[in-house]
Formats: sequence, C-alpha cells, structure tokens
Amino acid sequence: MTQTNVNEAVDGIVETYRRRSLRRILLVLATLGALFVIVTIDVVTGPANLSFFRTLHVILDPSVATPREDLIIWDLRLPVALMAVVVGAMLGVAGAEMQTILNNPLAEPFTLGLSSAASFGAAVAIVMGYSVIPGVGPLYVTVNAFVVAMGSSMVLFAFTRLRGATPEAMILVGIAMLFTFNALLAFLQYGATELELAQLIFWQLGSLSRATWPKVAVCVVVLVLVMSYFLSRSWALTALRMGEDKAAALGVNVSLLRLVVLAGVSLLSAVAVSFVGAVAFVGLVGPHIARMIVGEDQRGFLPLSALAGALILSGTSIASKAITPGVIYPIGMITSLIGIPFFVSLILSQRKRHWQ
Amino acid sequence: MTLTATDLSFAYDKRPILSGTGFAPLNPGELTALIGPNASGKSTLFRVIAGLLRPSAGRVVLAGTDLATLTSRARVRRVCFMPQFFAANAALTVFDVVMMARKNLSGWRVSASDMDAVGATLHAGGIGHLAEAYISDLSGGQSQMVSVAQALIREADVYLFDEPTSALDLHHQLDVLSQIRDMVRSRNAVGIVALHDLNLAARFADHLILLRQGRVAAEGPPVEVLYRPEIGETYGVDIHITTGPREDLVVHAYAS
Repeated sequence: MTQTNVNEAVDGIVETYRRRSLRRILLVLATLGALFVIVTIDVVTGPANLSFFRTLHVILDPSVATPREDLIIWDLRLPVALMAVVVGAMLGVAGAEMQTILNNPLAEPFTLGLSSAASFGAAVAIVMGYSVIPGVGPLYVTVNAFVVAMGSSMVLFAFTRLRGATPEAMILVGIAMLFTFNALLAFLQYGATELELAQLIFWQLGSLSRATWPKVAVCVVVLVLVMSYFLSRSWALTALRMGEDKAAALGVNVSLLRLVVLAGVSLLSAVAVSFVGAVAFVGLVGPHIARMIVGEDQRGFLPLSALAGALILSGTSIASKAITPGVIYPIGMITSLIGIPFFVSLILSQRKRHWQ
Repeated sequence: MTLTATDLSFAYDKRPILSGTGFAPLNPGELTALIGPNASGKSTLFRVIAGLLRPSAGRVVLAGTDLATLTSRARVRRVCFMPQFFAANAALTVFDVVMMARKNLSGWRVSASDMDAVGATLHAGGIGHLAEAYISDLSGGQSQMVSVAQALIREADVYLFDEPTSALDLHHQLDVLSQIRDMVRSRNAVGIVALHDLNLAARFADHLILLRQGRVAAEGPPVEVLYRPEIGETYGVDIHITTGPREDLVVHAYAS
C-alpha cells in the first residue's frame, strides 16, 4: 500500500471518530436545551395560569416580575423545579459510577443499602423524636437520614478496606446492611403510632415540595464537587470497564479508585435521599439511557447520565402536579410510572445489549 | 539501557510461584521470548516486572534504576504490560479503548495528533475497519489484536506481552509478532513476549528465557537454548530440531 493510501485510510478512521465526538457534544447541548424547556414547563405547571413565554421571561430576567409572579415563580416553584434537576443529576451520576465500580449494570445509588439506612434515620427522628446531631431544629429528619446513610457507607467502607475492594465483597456487605436497616426500620414502625407511621411513609415516598433555595444550594455544591472529581478521573473510570487487570496495567490503582468513588457516590446519594426521600429508578435508568446513546467513554457517559437523571426527575415533577390538578403526588410513586415506558421502548429499539 | 531481574521471589499466600528467578541483562532493540509450560510463572513474572505484584525478594533493574524505587505512575510509563485477557462487555468502541491507552490516564482533551496516532496504529495493526465496532462485539482474535494495539501505541522502555497470539490464526500470528519485533527495534526498547509456540519463538525472538516451576531453566539465543536438554525435560516431551526451507529452526515435539 502506498503512503497516500495509508494516509487516506487513517484520515477516514479519524474522521469517523471526530464526527462521533462532535455528535456527542451536540447531544449533550441538545439535552441541556431540552432540560431548560422542561424546567420552564415544570414551573408553569400548577394552579396560577402562568403562560410559558411570560414565565421564561421572568426566569431569564427577574426584574420584570410582578410581586405575584415573583412569589410564585421565584419563591415557590423554581426551588422545587431546580431541586428536581439537581437531585436527578446527582442520582444519575451516582448510578453511573456505582455501575462502573461494581461492574454491574443492575447497580444503582441505593444498591448498597443507603436508602434503607436513610429511612431508618428518618424513622428515628419521626418515631422517637431523637436527633443524632442536637440543635439542628426542624431539619432533624433530614439530618438524621443523612448521618445514618453516611454512617452505613462508612461501615461498608471499613469492611471493604479489611476485605479488599472487590465488587463481590462490596455488594455482599451492602446487602447485609440493607437487611439490617430494614429490620431496624420494621422494629420502629411496629412501635409507631398511626400518625407517625403516616408521616414516615410519606417521607419514604419522596417529595420535592420541601425544597428551599438553601437546600438547592447544598445539593449544587455537593454535585459540582463530586462530579468534577469523577470527570477528572474519566480515563481511569473508563479503563475500569475493560476489567481490573487491564486497568491496573494502565496504571490505575483499582482498589483506591473504587473506595474514593464509593465515598463520592455515598455522599451524592445520602444528600439526595435525605432531602427528597428514596427516589427509585432514576439512578438505575439514567445511566442506561446515557450508555445506549453515547457508550461508556466517561467523558460523554457521565455528563449525559447526569442530564438523563435530571430530565427524568423534572418530568416526574411535572407529572406529579399534572395528573390530578390541585394534588401533588409523591415523586417516588411517579418516577417508575413515567420512566418505564420510555425505558422499555429504548431497550426494544437497541440492537446492542451492553447491560448483560 | 538493559533490563535485569535478580533473585525474584513471589508467593500467592503460601504457594510459591517464583523462587529466585532472575535473568541476565536483556538488550534494547531485541525481542525476548519467555517460554515455559502452563503455570510455570510466566504471567506472574510479567506482573512482578510491571509492578502489579510486589516480590517478597529480589530486584528488577532498568538502566541502573531499581524499578521498586519509582512511583507506580512513573513505573507504568516506563514498563508497558499487556495482560492476557480483557473482559469486554463495555459499550466502548475499539477507537475509544486505544485512545484510552494513548492518553494514559492524563489530560481530558483529545488533540488532533492523538486522533492521528490512534488512527495510524489501528491501520498498521490491520484493525482499521473495526475502529467504530464495540469491543463487546469482537471475536477473541480481534480483541487480542486490539489489546496489542493498546500496547503498541504507548511509549515505554520495556514492553511485556502475555501471549499476544494465543487466539490468532496463522496469518495474524506472524503479523502481530512482526509488528511487535519491528516496534521493539525501531524504538530501541526491551521487549518480552510470553509464547507457547516454540516455532514462533524460534522464528521471531533474538533471545529465549525458559521458565520452569518459577525458575529460569535456560536462557540465551534460540540456536543455543532450543538444543538444550532442559527444553524437553521442562515440557516433558521429546524435542527434535530441524532446519526449515528458509534456514529457520523448526521444533518437533513428540510425546515421550
């Protein structure tokens, strides 16, 4: 083969890759645009008869708002809408990395028992009225949920340090934690009054209506910190998907990477679960949607997992208000209902089966 | 710049794999074939040299530097190891995974020269047509060639290939070993290939190391080592060497 032929062949290969990278960037941008529209629809949805374009105008330029619009859009609706976006993104990112480090497509942020730990923490607050950190005032349910969830991942962390950070060890200890906390939770439920029980179940079903600007800010800070770390380890995390051996040969410290990523995932999911309750499905499906669309090069996979999670939870937020006007259903009930038809259609339309 | 190993020992729990393994300095620009029966410690020796396993005793010295004194990052940059298998159910394309090896875990951005280098390596490796294929769709032989491409694209002083030809057909066996030999010569690097096929070893290697139960039983140029009685004893077969039509050594093995 002559030199020109070789150059042409190489250029062809590079060109295809370049087009795919460009398509990936466009996809992420398009998803961002779609998310923006969905958030606006989320703000519009509900009693008050806001118009889409007027709402968009008020969001982009707060100075034009009337006092009434200012109250409804900026004080009441936007924190909830943005909470849905940020928590969705947190769960999407947490799920993507949980699947990566456990090398298991069925993993999700709460695989290792975090949601039952958080529920137990909330139950301690609701049923026993006990706050693990004194002096946090009305936030004590949230704080309890967070502290117990982080505590349970510390225990998991300690076990995996002792036993070696293999996916098997992590999953088995995680399942042990899950059952322990479920049992403890049942214990508290058994002794609870009907009122406390109702409160607890409502907490577990998940709700965005408790969102406030400070809570949104906390979530944003956690998401930005953890996600920038994950993005900085993009190549190492991609390498992990080729198997431990291959990753180690490329210079990845596999055990250390697993532990640090586990800590990041725990932080993301503990914050998410303590603010909005155990929202199932988003952390499992967001990454799968991203994987089917852009593959598992983390530089595309991670941002798109976050965006997919955010889109799902925003859509859920709209549905929770739109199904019965005047009633806001708990989001935990809705996520699966609106996500599953979309997810199944994606599975059916895909030839590749990377989740096997 | 030579690579030497002296008195290496390694055990999994109580089971010794390497005991006092060492070899004379390997010269840059030469390809060494590491031969020996199954479970003789070839992969373990590679892992110890690459720094993935820590030996209980002994040293690996490259150009006067004890590799144990390097950080693991620095060591991985100097010693490139290609493991035997990789799990491949990930949604990654061949181009993605070779790019990953090229980027060597650093730098988020992919430059035009990175892309050209990956394209050229894939083309030279005869897998250009697979660039956009998912690694989960590859055959065993194809994924082995991808693995070799991942090693060839990295710039290192020492290259270790663990059975790079075990899943390949005749044509690709010769092709891959020629690529490896040419690369070792043109980069003046130290290259070691673990091989089961003694004929391929005789054809491509400048130097042979015979491993037997974790010890080096023989080492030297193929013309010397292949005629040594240790070969037959190590494998438990009768070995006869003849000369092929192109002045090459042909190894015949018979059950003894």
